[in-house]
Amino acid sequence: MSDHLDLTKLIFGRLTLQELPLHVPIVLGTFVVVMLGAIALLAVITYYRLWGYLWREWFTSIDHKKIGIMYMILGIVMLLRGFSDAIMMRAQQAIAFGDSAGYLPPEHYDQIFTAHGVIMIFFVAMPMVTGMMNFVMPLQIGARDVAFPFLNNFSFWMTVAGAMLVMSSLFIGEFARTGWLAYPPLSDIASSPDAGVDYYIWSLQIAGVGTLLSGINLLVTIVKMRAPGMTLMKMPIFTWTALCTNVLIVAAFPVLTAVLAMLALDRYVGTNFFTTELGGNAMMYVNLIWIWGHPEVYILVLPVFGIFSEVTSTFSRKPLFGYASMVYATVVITVLSYLVWLHHFFTMGSGASVNSFFGITTMIISIPTGAKIFNWLFTMYRGRVAFEVPMMWTVAFMVTFVIGGMTGVMLAVPPADFSLHNSLFLIAHFHNVIIGGVVFGLFAGINYWFPKAFGYKLDPFWGKCSFWFWVVGFYFAFMPLYWLGFMGVTRRLSHFDDPSLQIWFQIAAFGAFLILLGIISMLMQFWVSFRRRHELRDVTGDPWGGRTLEWSTSSPPPQYNFAFTPQVHEGDAWWQMKQHRYRRPTDGFLPIHMPLNTPAGILLGGISFVFGFAMIWYMWPLAALSFIALLAVAIGHTFNYHREYYIPADEVHRVEASRTELLANHV
Amino acid sequence: MSDTSITMSAGGGSPEALSFHVAADYHPENGTLLGFWVYLMSDCLIFACLFAAYGVLGREFAGGPTAAEVLELPTVAVNTTLLLLSSITYGFAVLEMQRDRQNPMMVWLAVTGLLGAGFITLELREFAHLISIGAGPQRSAFLSSFFTLVGTHGLHVSSGILWLIVLMVQVSKKGLISANKRRLMCLSMFWHFLDLVWVGVFSFVYLMGVLP
Amino acid sequence: MSAHTESSHGHGEADAHGHDDLGIHATLKGYLTGFVLAAILTIIPFWLVMSGGFEKSSTTALVVLAFAAVQIVVHMIYFLHMNTKSEGGWNMLALVFTIVLVVITLSGSIWIMYHLNSNMMPSQMQDPANLP
Repeated sequence: MSDHLDLTKLIFGRLTLQELPLHVPIVLGTFVVVMLGAIALLAVITYYRLWGYLWREWFTSIDHKKIGIMYMILGIVMLLRGFSDAIMMRAQQAIAFGDSAGYLPPEHYDQIFTAHGVIMIFFVAMPMVTGMMNFVMPLQIGARDVAFPFLNNFSFWMTVAGAMLVMSSLFIGEFARTGWLAYPPLSDIASSPDAGVDYYIWSLQIAGVGTLLSGINLLVTIVKMRAPGMTLMKMPIFTWTALCTNVLIVAAFPVLTAVLAMLALDRYVGTNFFTTELGGNAMMYVNLIWIWGHPEVYILVLPVFGIFSEVTSTFSRKPLFGYASMVYATVVITVLSYLVWLHHFFTMGSGASVNSFFGITTMIISIPTGAKIFNWLFTMYRGRVAFEVPMMWTVAFMVTFVIGGMTGVMLAVPPADFSLHNSLFLIAHFHNVIIGGVVFGLFAGINYWFPKAFGYKLDPFWGKCSFWFWVVGFYFAFMPLYWLGFMGVTRRLSHFDDPSLQIWFQIAAFGAFLILLGIISMLMQFWVSFRRRHELRDVTGDPWGGRTLEWSTSSPPPQYNFAFTPQVHEGDAWWQMKQHRYRRPTDGFLPIHMPLNTPAGILLGGISFVFGFAMIWYMWPLAALSFIALLAVAIGHTFNYHREYYIPADEVHRVEASRTELLANHV
Repeated sequence: MSDTSITMSAGGGSPEALSFHVAADYHPENGTLLGFWVYLMSDCLIFACLFAAYGVLGREFAGGPTAAEVLELPTVAVNTTLLLLSSITYGFAVLEMQRDRQNPMMVWLAVTGLLGAGFITLELREFAHLISIGAGPQRSAFLSSFFTLVGTHGLHVSSGILWLIVLMVQVSKKGLISANKRRLMCLSMFWHFLDLVWVGVFSFVYLMGVLP
Repeated sequence: MSAHTESSHGHGEADAHGHDDLGIHATLKGYLTGFVLAAILTIIPFWLVMSGGFEKSSTTALVVLAFAAVQIVVHMIYFLHMNTKSEGGWNMLALVFTIVLVVITLSGSIWIMYHLNSNMMPSQMQDPANLP
């Protein structure tokens, strides 16, 4: 009997049937709904015999456009999960006053706010930003793919593996209850002995590998693969922001890897980095993780600054005002973002000299950001501004982000921070910059580049519905939080005693409900546009009167992006081509050299998921086995020297001829 | 750089003079070596964090053994010698590779691998000794940061050896084709980089650690 | 044969990007110079510390650090073939940026944590076992 038990323990580690949520009705209900949805999805795919198509054309694809789109889909799916967490928290806080305990027990509430933060940052914002860069940047620089196409696919599947681990924590065991940065000593093994923090560690480590590699990949792509003539100061501004973002990714994510590895060692091996005994220092964790954490903020926001720049310039029919100053501002932000991290823990007690240094650097970093706002305003000034949906998001961003930026400068003043630290004021501030900046920017980008990706525009009616619900909902949801923060209400509470506060939480919950309508409208927008795709079709490849090279190709672009590599002379390359009445070549095509698809990426991602899961549940034999498998597949892949092929000139000719015909029929 | 010939008229000129596409086959430069360098830079920052942890926690002995008591400089001196020698032997391998002489190159690679293996063996013996006298990584924050920093470096050297073996197999199968040469150059950077990190380790951890 | 072959692009089956441009041209003299310099720069600090060092240990520490810094530069130049031109200067740029960040991370952490300890844990700082 005891032999049998030991064997079970060896195979399943600490995973037992009790870890399944059979006794928690809310989770069980969610589980049933998710499973039914998944089964339905699988059934549909099987019914329409799409498996082969998905495998060949998407999962194993090393086409940067398809990988970019898959990143966006991952981001949107995870947005739904992250938002359900958000609306659950808003509902709980709106009702849990006085005698009412609300509907969420505290240990469940703690998991929800942790999961919300982790998912929104790592598995919504990061994939969407990476997806945007992946799709748009190679097209903007006139390249046919990224520098390392296989790594791109591999990075994506590592991100998916991380996301899957977070998702499985919903149904198997539990997620961390520590807040999104898992500060010790709360996250050490004595205070959080369950699997939650391990889910946190391994999902971020695995997704982090993907993020780092994709950062290197895109960075080298920009450095090496720009079309001839595109000097650095002729790069589109989105490419510039992508360059700086990837520099930040490459320089910041190793810090996260290292600090999470140390936390993992504390938990698994019993070292004393961040413990409260034997010389460990928990504040060292806080220090190190914010060295990653602050640049991370700019990793998210810099690319959307690029999106706003492209959108503003296109819809104002003018070149971007102050291009050079925009570039310098971006570079300055990149460097300065490493000098401000302590402002996240002024209250730690490092004293006046340290706090004032970091307070001042924080205030300085708002200067280049402010310069950018003026650049966008002057771009619009005297332009013929077309208020299409992307431009609407941009204007809403400018108003909202300025508010968020100013409250940020308030928090940068150490004495003020001592009373605002960890209050709802902080929550309102960072949602103000992340929703008002990153999310609005991503939606602007989705509406702007969707026709390029799929060949038809998004339906403007539902786009405008989504816009107004989101913007109004945002103000309803977060302005009360500023007010509550001033009154000293702290974050992460699942219950309140003072009934006079309740009305503010109810207003905030109403705002979250409006945002829900905004998300539904966005999904409706996708569906309606798909149904109306023939009416909304973009035959020109240039639906908005764009200025950069991605609009010179067809919508969607052919697999090889450009039949001939563009030759660049000016910043707004496509605009100049249009000014010179550039005519696409219709013959003389050459075979095009392209990378081959490979299943190695999805395989490695899948094994990484198994490895992470085994480590979380202490299934040591499985962990060892999957680690060896990981090595074997990775090494095996390096023995594959046959990674590229030629698209024959005839094929290129056929594709280009059909576009010529399409253009002729519609002009 | 590229096999393209573009006629670019200087300045604005007449619109017709500007060509907007490259009519020939266009290949961007290979980015592998740059990409690998960028990876090494990111790896450098992992080490920076571990060094920072050692810098902050390295004197937190918690009543346990101090660095001066447990770190043995003669062993470290031998280890440093091994690693430095392996750097130069890898250099000799690169020289042979440049002359396309496969067999001598393989010999130098094997020597490099053996020197690396010797380094790892000595390091493991040091670790085993420390653990046996009760100075394991759990004993104090100093030992935690010591084991993690030195161990991470050792892990890198071990993966370097694994990579070396894989590359030797690949060279023997495919010969010195340019893809393999590129890989050899990446591993060369990796190997020298590890030696460089070791300079930081023996100075910052061992030499400065044993100072009173 | 030099590793540099200017703009000759073989399109083999196995590696069609057949650029033989490996970016560097290593020489025996370079490696040997680097090796000798590195050996000297290793022996001196080892000898210094093992023979007892200067009277003030902080002086010894600074000297050891200085030797390490010089040796790192030696490795960069002779083993890693760093110069301002390789990869169009991007290698150097990445290196300089990384060094700046390493310095920020190291000195920033130590500075912050030192002030934290002196402000928040005065008792521990007087523990003889923890004195620097």
